[in-house]
Amino acid sequence: MLDATRAEPLLAVEGLQSWYGESHILHGVTFDVRAGEVVTLLGRNGAGKTTTLKSIMGIVGQRKGSVRFEGRELVGLSSNAIARRGIAFCPEERGIFASLDVEENLYLPPQVKAGGLSTEQIFTLFPNLKERLRSQGTKLSGGEQQMLAIGRILRTGARLLLLDEPTEGLAPVIIQQIGRTIRSLKEQGFTILLVEQNFRFAATLADRYYVMEHGQIVEQFANAELDANLEKLHEYLGV
Amino acid sequence: MSGDIILETEDLTKEFAGFVAVNGVSLRVARGTIHALIGPNGAGKTTCFNLLTKFLQPTRGRIAFKGRDITSLPPTEIARLGLVRSFQISAVFPHLTCRENVRIALQRARGGSFDFWRSKRVLDTLNDRALALLADVGLAEFADLTAVELPYGRKRALELATTIAVDPEMLLLDEPTAGMGHEDIDRIAALIKSVAANRTVLMVEHNLSVVSNLCHRITVLTRGRVLAEGDYQTVSNNAEVREAYMGVGHA
Repeated sequence: MLDATRAEPLLAVEGLQSWYGESHILHGVTFDVRAGEVVTLLGRNGAGKTTTLKSIMGIVGQRKGSVRFEGRELVGLSSNAIARRGIAFCPEERGIFASLDVEENLYLPPQVKAGGLSTEQIFTLFPNLKERLRSQGTKLSGGEQQMLAIGRILRTGARLLLLDEPTEGLAPVIIQQIGRTIRSLKEQGFTILLVEQNFRFAATLADRYYVMEHGQIVEQFANAELDANLEKLHEYLGV
Repeated sequence: MSGDIILETEDLTKEFAGFVAVNGVSLRVARGTIHALIGPNGAGKTTCFNLLTKFLQPTRGRIAFKGRDITSLPPTEIARLGLVRSFQISAVFPHLTCRENVRIALQRARGGSFDFWRSKRVLDTLNDRALALLADVGLAEFADLTAVELPYGRKRALELATTIAVDPEMLLLDEPTAGMGHEDIDRIAALIKSVAANRTVLMVEHNLSVVSNLCHRITVLTRGRVLAEGDYQTVSNNAEVREAYMGVGHA
């Protein structure tokens, strides 16, 4: 920690605790994500994966501990200040504004940094969005809403992307396309923290994994160590 | 299984302003089968469900359930006839407990809406049944938690339990395993299989291993039309289906 020559990780989470009202969800979560990495949080339903992402963004009731991004503390900042530091969140519930059309939803979040995807690149990735540009959020199919939720944050130029189950409800052919997109974002220098139940999908992308249980990190390993850890993973996840 | 057709549509079509979501779909679901509706996002799968349960009125076409034309019936009547759906995004009562959510559905299945006035013993029998259903979907330990406190995947499991509690002859399930972990997917798949032993199921599902393990017949929709139909082997070997939906790596 005191070694000044050691590069600080892009995101360093230490002893993070979170509450929703009376419910204590995270019990001291510690992990880090280095610049340019794809890191996947694994764990069963209710383990605290989504809450970890929400806690990084500052959208939980109460949090304690430390979340440092580019060396600066985020705990204590409002969620919009955190977003402007260059972190974007794609929630599992998608969060599409029902009364806005596709284009309005897409342009609503401000660009916080240069280097995000262009609208054309987003349409190449998700042709459905271009075809349905004037459709209201609620008129989109579930999968199209998911595409819009992902596309929307790729435009902002945020360098750290928090993706909560990005493949949910999507056709296999689109999932493969999202896999290619994540790889290309990584090549362009984006950093990605992924929550994903589709383990086969995660395994093709992640550099490192953390396993969560009962609001804590219980295991971590690199992608190269995946095979050696499959049995343990089976116990944790039932995969 | 028999050749008896429980649900049939003819030229089912839904046009929105400038957009044809469902375009001349003729679907035949055999009684006692698990039938999958798959296809790319925006192909019209959920719109089909909305038409079948009359959450949307078709622009044209005809729907028959158990030989009866239901095209002009309201959603409540269709549910009472025994055709009941689940939703892609959960629809449960957020501030009731899991047990209460399932119990309400069970009260409906009992046929009486005045169970409020029944003796406590009647409700207690419903409690046992509610707990059994919660156990079936892996929620036994969360029976007294309010639905709003459940993580997303468990909310989906709760909704499935309430759908099954109504005990319909035919279930329409919209992405029953979406948002669930591996451990839950196997449990839900087994549950659907057991529920389907004496019922008919029509389901939208993107998890192809679930589809291939469970479904007797598969209809592939794309751009509102039927692209292919058959068993898993047939549709997964169809070049157009592979291009439009499955992509590479799914044999």
